[in-house]
Amino acid sequence: MNALRRWAIALGVLALGRKQRRPRFADRPRIVPPGAPDPRAEWLVLGLLLGAAAAAAGFVVVYSFNHLSHQTQYLGLSLGLAFAFTAAALVVVAKRLVVTEELEEDYPVPGHPTTQEELEQLVAEGGDRFTRKRLLLTGAGAAAGALGAAVFVPALSLGPFLDTDALYETPWRRGRRLVDEHGKPFLLDELERETFYTAYPEGADKEEVGSPLVVVRFEPSELHLPAGRRDWAPGGVVAYSKICTHAGCAVALFRKPTFRPVEPGPALICPCHYSTFDPTRGAKVIFGPAGRPLPQLPLLLDRENGELLAAGNFSGPVGPSWWGVRSKAPRNPS
Amino acid sequence: MRRLLLLALALALPSAASAQPGLGVKAKTGQGLYAEHCLSCHGVDGSGVTSASHPRGVLDVRGLGPPLKDVGALAADFYLTTGYMPLEDPHEQPRHTKSPFDKREIAALVAYVASFGKGPPVPTPHPERGDVSVGLSLFTEHCAGCHQVVAEGGYVTNAVAPPLHEATPVQIAEAVRVGPYLMPRFEKSQISDAQLDSIIAYVQWAKHPDDRGGWSIGRIGPVPEGLVAWLIAAVALVGCCVVIGRRVRQ
Amino acid sequence: MGRALESAEESVVIRGLVRFLDERSGTAPFVKKALRYVFPDHWSFLLGEVALYTFVILVGTGIYLTFFFEPSTASTYYAGHYAPLRGHEMSVAYRSAVDLSFKVRAGLLMRQTHHWAADVFVASIVLHMLRVFFTGAFRKPRDLTYYLGLTMLVFALLEGYLGYSLVDDLLSGMGLAIGYSVLMSVPFVGANLALLVWGAPFPGKAEFWSRMYVAHVFLLPILIATLLALHLFLVAARHHTQFRESRRTTEKKVVGIPTFPGYAPRSLGLFFSVAAVLFLLGGLVQINPIWLWGPYHIAQGTNGAQPDWYLGWLIGALRLVPNLDVTIGDYTLVPNAFWGGALFPLLVFMLLYLVPWLDRRATGEYGFRNLLDRPRDAPWRTALGAALFAWVFVIFLAGASDRVFVSFGISYVAQLWIYRVLVFVLPLAALIVTRRFCLALQESERLGQIRKQAEAEARGELPQTEQL
Repeated sequence: MNALRRWAIALGVLALGRKQRRPRFADRPRIVPPGAPDPRAEWLVLGLLLGAAAAAAGFVVVYSFNHLSHQTQYLGLSLGLAFAFTAAALVVVAKRLVVTEELEEDYPVPGHPTTQEELEQLVAEGGDRFTRKRLLLTGAGAAAGALGAAVFVPALSLGPFLDTDALYETPWRRGRRLVDEHGKPFLLDELERETFYTAYPEGADKEEVGSPLVVVRFEPSELHLPAGRRDWAPGGVVAYSKICTHAGCAVALFRKPTFRPVEPGPALICPCHYSTFDPTRGAKVIFGPAGRPLPQLPLLLDRENGELLAAGNFSGPVGPSWWGVRSKAPRNPS
Repeated sequence: MRRLLLLALALALPSAASAQPGLGVKAKTGQGLYAEHCLSCHGVDGSGVTSASHPRGVLDVRGLGPPLKDVGALAADFYLTTGYMPLEDPHEQPRHTKSPFDKREIAALVAYVASFGKGPPVPTPHPERGDVSVGLSLFTEHCAGCHQVVAEGGYVTNAVAPPLHEATPVQIAEAVRVGPYLMPRFEKSQISDAQLDSIIAYVQWAKHPDDRGGWSIGRIGPVPEGLVAWLIAAVALVGCCVVIGRRVRQ
Repeated sequence: MGRALESAEESVVIRGLVRFLDERSGTAPFVKKALRYVFPDHWSFLLGEVALYTFVILVGTGIYLTFFFEPSTASTYYAGHYAPLRGHEMSVAYRSAVDLSFKVRAGLLMRQTHHWAADVFVASIVLHMLRVFFTGAFRKPRDLTYYLGLTMLVFALLEGYLGYSLVDDLLSGMGLAIGYSVLMSVPFVGANLALLVWGAPFPGKAEFWSRMYVAHVFLLPILIATLLALHLFLVAARHHTQFRESRRTTEKKVVGIPTFPGYAPRSLGLFFSVAAVLFLLGGLVQINPIWLWGPYHIAQGTNGAQPDWYLGWLIGALRLVPNLDVTIGDYTLVPNAFWGGALFPLLVFMLLYLVPWLDRRATGEYGFRNLLDRPRDAPWRTALGAALFAWVFVIFLAGASDRVFVSFGISYVAQLWIYRVLVFVLPLAALIVTRRFCLALQESERLGQIRKQAEAEARGELPQTEQL
C-alpha cells in the first residue's frame, strides 16, 4: 500500500512538476529566439511517444510467438504504427514545440576568381621544368591507354566475348530421341491432335536454351510448311523451338480452334509480348513483335518402335535474335 | 419471321421424336429446349451448321456451329452449366455467365445432346485424391501460359483465357477434355484422370491460396503492385510532405 | 523572458559531448554552421528526402535479407511445409527466398518491405525529378547535381531489376530472359555483350548468379550511396533553391528554417513517416508472392508476366513496336527487341541528360539561378516536359494492356492500335494544352494585379509597384 502511494506521488511529480530553471546563458544574446511553452503540445507528444513505445513493445511480443497466424501482418502493423507514432510526435515537436525560425543567409559566392587563377598558376608552374611537354603528354597518353586496356582486359574472362559460336549450339542432332520431362519417349501413335506437348532431347540438359521443343500434331493435309520441309513432319507432327525469337520467353500457349468457321486458326503464342506463330506454316509470325519464325526441328519416325526422333538440327538459330543471327546454321557443340 | 419458324420447328419436332422409341420424358423436354435454343447453330440432331452444309438463307437461319454428334454429356454439361451456351452471336467468344436454364432443363438438354451419339458421360473427378504439388507442376506446364499460374486468367491473341475462380471441379475436368473455344483438348493419354484430379486440387487451392503476405491485390504481380506503390504509398508520402513542409504562402 | 527547460545533468552531458568531439576533431565551428544551415521550406522540396530515407530502409532491410538468402543456381528439391511446392525441383536461390519468407520470423515482413521500398524508391526519385524539372532547379549551378541524380535513377532501375531477378521464381526468370534478349538485340555487339554478362547462352553460367548478387548487394548500392553523398554535398555547397515569394527571397539571399532546432524534427519526422508507410505496406499488402509463382524453368511461362512498375514503360514499348526487324534478305541487322527495350530508354535518358544544355540553348541563360520558376513562368519548358512525360506515360500504360483486357474486356489489339496513335497524338496535345494553360495562368495573374492596382488607386493609396 505504501509502495503504491509512493509510486503515485512519483508519477504525479513526473507529470506535473515542470521545472523552469533560470537560463544559464542569460548574460549572452540568444541564438534561438524565445517562444512560449505549449503544455498541451507536450502532452500530445508524450502520448504519441507512449503510443510508439506500446506499438514497438507489441512488435517484440508478436515476434516472440512461434507460430502465429497472420504474424507478418501483426509484425508490420505494430512496427509500422510505432514508426507512425514517432513520426507524428516529431511533427508535433517541429510545428509546436520548437521555434520555427526563418533565417536569411547569403547564397555562396558563384566562384572564387582569384583562387581559380592561383590554381591555374600552380599547375602551370608545377610543370615548368618540362621542356618537351607534347612528347611527354603523348607518352603519358600511350601509357594511360595501354594501362587502361590492361586493367579492362581481364573483364573479358567473364564470358566468350569475341566468339559467339556458342549461340548456334543446340543439343539436337539426327537420331536424337524426343522425350518428355520425365524422359519418356514420344510415340507417334500416342500423340493427340488439338493439343501441344513439350519435348526435350534425350540425355541433354533441359534448361538449355536450345533444348525445349513445342510439339503439335495436325492432319498432314492441314500443314503448309515452307518448301523443302515436306518430310519434316511425319504423321503431321511438327516441332519448334519453345523459346520465343523475340525476347526469349517460353512459347507456352497453344491456341486451338474448336470450330474453324468462326474462330481464329491454330497458333503458338508467347505470354510475354504475345508474339503469335502459325504452327501449320513453319511458325510464321502472324501477330506480335517477333521478327522471325520459331526455328523448326525436322522430325523422323523410327519405324520399328514408332518413336519420334530428330532428323537434324533446327531450321535456324534458337532463342532471341541478334545482329547477323541467321548468318550461320545451328550445330552441335563439338 | 425467324422466331416463328423456330417455334414451328419446336412444335413439329417433339411429335416427330415421340415416334422414336427409347427416348424418355427428359429427352423430350430436352428436345424442345434444343429446338428452341440450339438448333439454329448446331443443326437437326446435332448435325452442325457450317457454311458448306447449311448455306445461308435456308430457313433464314444465320447460325453457325459445330456438330454435336459424339460430344456426349460431358461437353453439353460443360457448355450449359458455365453459361457458355446458348451463345447470342456465334462469332463471339463464349463467356462464363449465368445459364438461362434451370438445373432440370440443363439435365434434360444434356441427356438429349448425349443421345446424339456415343460421347463421354459427365465425369466425376476426385480432387480430394489429387496432390496440390503435382497439380501446380502440371498446371504450370499445361495451363499457366494462358490461365496464369494462380489461375487468375490471361490473354491469348484474340481471346481471353478466363480466370478459374468460379470453375467447379466437374467443369474443370470437362474443360480439360473438351478444350472449349481456343483451348487445347487434353486426352487421357496426355493428362490421366489421376493427374487431372491433382490439377483440379490445385485450381481449387488457388481460389484461396496462401496469402500470408497480407492483402492479396489480385495475385497477378506487378500491375496492381505498381498501383498500390503509386496510389497508396506515393500519395501517402506526398501527403506527409505536405503536412511537414509549407504549402503556398499568401 | 527566457524560459529554458533544462536540467543540470542535461547541460553537463551536452557540454561534455561538445568538448569531447571538438577537442578531438576541431569541428565545433563546422557543426555550428551545419546546425544553422538554412532549408527553404516547401513541401515539394521534401520529395528528394523521401527517396533518401527510402534508400536507408532499402539498405537496412536488404542487409537483413542477405543473412538468409543463398545466391546459388544449384538444383535442389523443396521439402518444406508449403504443400504446393513440395517435391519441386528448384534452385537453391529460390528455395532460400521461400524459406526466408516462411521459416524466418519477420523474414517475410523484411522481404515485402524491401520490395515495397524498391517500388517507392523509384517513384520518389521520379517525383523529385519532376519537381526539379518543372521548377527549373536543374540550371547552373545545380546541373551537376541533376546529372548525379539522373545517374542514380539509372542505377536504381538496374538495382531493382537485379533484385527481383535474383529470386529465380517464374516471373524473375522470364524477366531475365527478356533482359538477355534486349541486350542481345543491340546492334553489332549485342551478342558479345550478352555472352560476356551471362557467361554463356541463356540462362548463362552458374557464376552469373554470383555476378548479379554482388552487383545487387555491393556494387550498385555502393555506387548509389557514393553518388548520393556527392549529390547531397553539392546541394549543401550551393544551398537549396527557393521560390520567389517575398522581397527577402532573392538570387542572393536564401531564406529558410535552420537545421536545428526547426528542421531536424521535420526531417526526422519524414524519415519515420517513410518507415511507417513502408513497414505497414510490408506487413499488410502482399507483394511478389514468389511461392505462388513457383520456380523458373526455361520451358515454362505464365500469362501476363510483367516487370515491376518502373520497367513497365519498357514492356509497353516492346509490345507496341510492330514486328519489324531490320534485315538485308535473311541477314538480321537489328532485331525487334532493340527498339522498345534499348533504344526507347536510351532516347528518354539522353533527352533527360540533355535537359540543362537544351534549356540554356533555348533560353540563352548562362547565369546563376537560385530562384525557381513556377511551372507557368516557363511555358515552353513546362509544355515540353509535359509532352515528354505524356509520351513515356502512354507507353507505360500500354504495358498493362493485357491485364486491362482480362479485367475490363477492352480488346488487346484495339488497345494496341489506340496506343500506337496516342504515342504520337498525346505528346502533341499535352504540349499545346499545357502551354495554353500556362499562358492563361500568367494572363489571369497579370489581370489580377492590374485590378488590384486600380482598386488601390481608386482608394487613393499609392500605386503598388511590387512585382512578385
